[in-house]
Amino acid sequence: MKKTHVIILVLIAAAIVVLISYTGDLTTYETVASARQKEGKFVNLIAKLDHTQPLEYDPVKNPNYLSFVAVDTLGNAIKVVYHSNKPTDMEKSERLVLKGKVQGDHFECKDILLKCPSKYKDDPKAMQNNQPVVSN
Amino acid sequence: MKYLGEHLLPGQLGHFFTILSLVASLVATVAFYRSTRVGLATEKQGWLRLARVAFLLETISVFAMFGILYYIISHHLFEYKYAYTHSDKSLQVEYLLSCFWEGQEGSFMLWSFWHCVLGWILIWKAKAWEGGVMTVVSFAQFTLATMLLGVYVFGVKIGSSPFVLLRNEFNWPILSRPDYLNLIKDGEGLNTLLQNYWMVIHPPILFLGFASTIVPFAYAIAGLLQKNHDWVKPSLPWASFSAAVLGTGIMMGAAWAYESLSFGGYWAWDPVENASLVPWLTLIAGLHTNLIYRSSGHSLRATYFFYIITFSLILYSTFLTRSGILGDTSVHAFVDLGMNTQLLLFLLVFLVPALSLFGMRYKGIPAIHKEENTYSREFWMFIGALVLFLSGMVIIAKTSTPVVNKLFGTKIAPPEDPEYAHNQIQVFVAIIIGLLAAVTQYFKYKDTPKAFFGKKIWVPTFIAVLISLGISFFGAVRFDKHGPGFLFAIHLAIFAAVYAVVANASYIWLGLKGKIKAAGASVAHVGFGMVLVGILISSAKKTVLSWNTTGVTPLSEEKAGERGNPAGNPRENLTLFKGVATDMGRYMVTYTRDTLNEKDRKRYFEIKFKAKEGNESFDLYPDVIKNNKGMEGFAANPAAKHYWYKDIFAYITSFQENTGEDTAKFVNRDIKVGDTLYYSNGLIVLNKVQVNPAEQQHKYKTGETALFLDISILSKAGSRYHAMPGMAIAGNNFRPITDTVHSQSLILSFNKVKDEKQGLLEIGIKESGAVTDLLTLKVYEFPMINVLWLGIVVMVLGFVMSILQRTKKSGPLRVA
Repeated sequence: MKKTHVIILVLIAAAIVVLISYTGDLTTYETVASARQKEGKFVNLIAKLDHTQPLEYDPVKNPNYLSFVAVDTLGNAIKVVYHSNKPTDMEKSERLVLKGKVQGDHFECKDILLKCPSKYKDDPKAMQNNQPVVSN
Repeated sequence: MKYLGEHLLPGQLGHFFTILSLVASLVATVAFYRSTRVGLATEKQGWLRLARVAFLLETISVFAMFGILYYIISHHLFEYKYAYTHSDKSLQVEYLLSCFWEGQEGSFMLWSFWHCVLGWILIWKAKAWEGGVMTVVSFAQFTLATMLLGVYVFGVKIGSSPFVLLRNEFNWPILSRPDYLNLIKDGEGLNTLLQNYWMVIHPPILFLGFASTIVPFAYAIAGLLQKNHDWVKPSLPWASFSAAVLGTGIMMGAAWAYESLSFGGYWAWDPVENASLVPWLTLIAGLHTNLIYRSSGHSLRATYFFYIITFSLILYSTFLTRSGILGDTSVHAFVDLGMNTQLLLFLLVFLVPALSLFGMRYKGIPAIHKEENTYSREFWMFIGALVLFLSGMVIIAKTSTPVVNKLFGTKIAPPEDPEYAHNQIQVFVAIIIGLLAAVTQYFKYKDTPKAFFGKKIWVPTFIAVLISLGISFFGAVRFDKHGPGFLFAIHLAIFAAVYAVVANASYIWLGLKGKIKAAGASVAHVGFGMVLVGILISSAKKTVLSWNTTGVTPLSEEKAGERGNPAGNPRENLTLFKGVATDMGRYMVTYTRDTLNEKDRKRYFEIKFKAKEGNESFDLYPDVIKNNKGMEGFAANPAAKHYWYKDIFAYITSFQENTGEDTAKFVNRDIKVGDTLYYSNGLIVLNKVQVNPAEQQHKYKTGETALFLDISILSKAGSRYHAMPGMAIAGNNFRPITDTVHSQSLILSFNKVKDEKQGLLEIGIKESGAVTDLLTLKVYEFPMINVLWLGIVVMVLGFVMSILQRTKKSGPLRVA
């Protein structure tokens, strides 16, 4: 066997090992109920903002504390605490991907990914419901 | 029904040219292909002539479509959906082009445009290879044209046309009125994130990079079809060109992210970024194996494979970013237009035939079965190419988890720290690539005299060790977030990167004897090394400066050090009250004023930074741009103060304007020196009375007698403030001088002296109902980031030098 072949095999093996070890770091997408079951484990929670509940954010008191209630598609709700500034347009977001873990009664959020209507501009379904307001 | 005020001609022309471009590109594909199959020279010429005419028609169509769409957008013809959804009347002229790339259709058009330009260069330059290469390019044009069709065939939508009318797409009630255009006064506007000058230049360059990867691919396919492997010479400058442009495009995206997005950085291992980086890595691998084959006869099969896989990865990244499949993992993916099947076919129609052809011809591709010498340049270059390729595969595999989810119904999400998951692997790739880039040029092709290598290599090695030890010991690179092992790897990578810079720079003298013309590769490698140095130092030493010092985070502060607190250190946003100097590490920071610019609709904030020691002082103007109609909130654009060795980088994370009417009244209270009064949020202590204090001189005139009260305010949250209300007396007239504690919304006045003997005074306390103007700010320091930007410039310069060198008629140069 040629040296090159040996090196190719070693490197490919290394790449495979890297990818296998990566699967250990992967997390999962969860609902509120399944995230509660995995309390303390880092998960990605897909939910949206519950507009009927108050959103607590006061930059004067603390610009790094945001608290709100998230509700998933099954209708389960959970209080979310996020220790950073409130993402812009969060109220307008149709869907939130919350990265963090359940701690006791609430969800400790480390990062929030917004799915805003702005990014869904081309979405035909969203557009249908987005008729301009006309004053005549 | 007749609709009023519509401009239907541009749309009809647009549809016509769409169909024409589809037909013309198909004719061009067939004709170019026939020209490679026929033996007779006259017949060949005939087919070529037909093909060129067809390609000319194709080019005219694409340019016409481009022009029509520009006309529609610039004339605000909102009866067209594209103009309505992607632009509005207030848009600045310079961003009209950005509307093109906001939608999928416009960016496909841009891609198509570049294929036309590159196609004509190939027709002009490719000579014998024209037929084969242009077959592939024309076919790609055909597939791109289908993307813009927007017709239904047997109920399946093919493509998405940018020329559709609003009233045909939506069933809003108002659209059925004949005068609906009078009701639709303005479009929805361009996404605010794209209203940035980088967004005018980054997409065209990136798409030129995407488009240009087809040229090496087309040469490879033509070579396989014609069983002729001489294309490796003309492919070299094309591969260098593509690498330079794609690399520039990617890094312009990084610069845009750095200057316009509030991600707090230039690279986030976002799927969209990865999807364009990986083809670049495989292209660089292909460029190196191509060089190996030209100089030693090895690695031709690998070259074929790398060029095929590069273009396929471009198509795969198109699928990833446009199918909406990344929805939950990426911050900026396009949305599903119902074209997923078509996008997948777009990938497969190139990948499957190309790989099959490669498999069928594999045995026939010449290869040397003798082993490469360990003391040869080709051996180490091949290892480097392989490492680049595998690192690309690891990145794309990690990025593809949403595809795995789709295929197998799993629910895999990215890891807790996706950036570290990439960094911990890629730092080792950086070490290997840095070392290989440093030493490989000191080997000669085929075999290197050991004495030559030993004699030349020790000087740059010695210098690089000295410099990197200097950085390691005095550079204070202490990135201990992920443990000592990772930190050690970073230091090792810094050495490798410095080594790459020093060794390649020295090689210009030691190896090439100062022949700058032949130094393209060395210069590109120096640039690449600088990019690595810049990335390593700026990322490892990136620090948050805006630690919240206003003392308002008792809750999270205690938990910050706790193990397993997911928030980590949450105090990274500093609250600034208008006019109040706030402590921020080395600086006192003041939010002095803000102005709304009507032209670009941005609100600029003036933030004054003053160093506590020394007289360093500067202003930053981060801005926010109000979002499009129908959306609240704003998009923040950072501002940075550039030093040669670091950037101070700041952006607004939230702001509040004082809008409420101030209805509160002064409450008058008696006070003596040493007394304490309460207000709703804490204590007010009168320390002493000062007569004509020198530090308040600007507040009273000469001839006036001024009395000032030295007052301390202690808020419940524990912060301490200082206020100096006073009065100026001239004869019988007196004038109050109030003082405001913005952060407490507290206004103090000194009303009168009630009883001189007892020292009884009266002060007025007003607690303003409205919150004062405030903003929260995030500030980072990025050291050595300019080395990164400069490195890119140097690298591109190196590529340009080697393109010039290789396109010269003087025959092959083997210096590489």
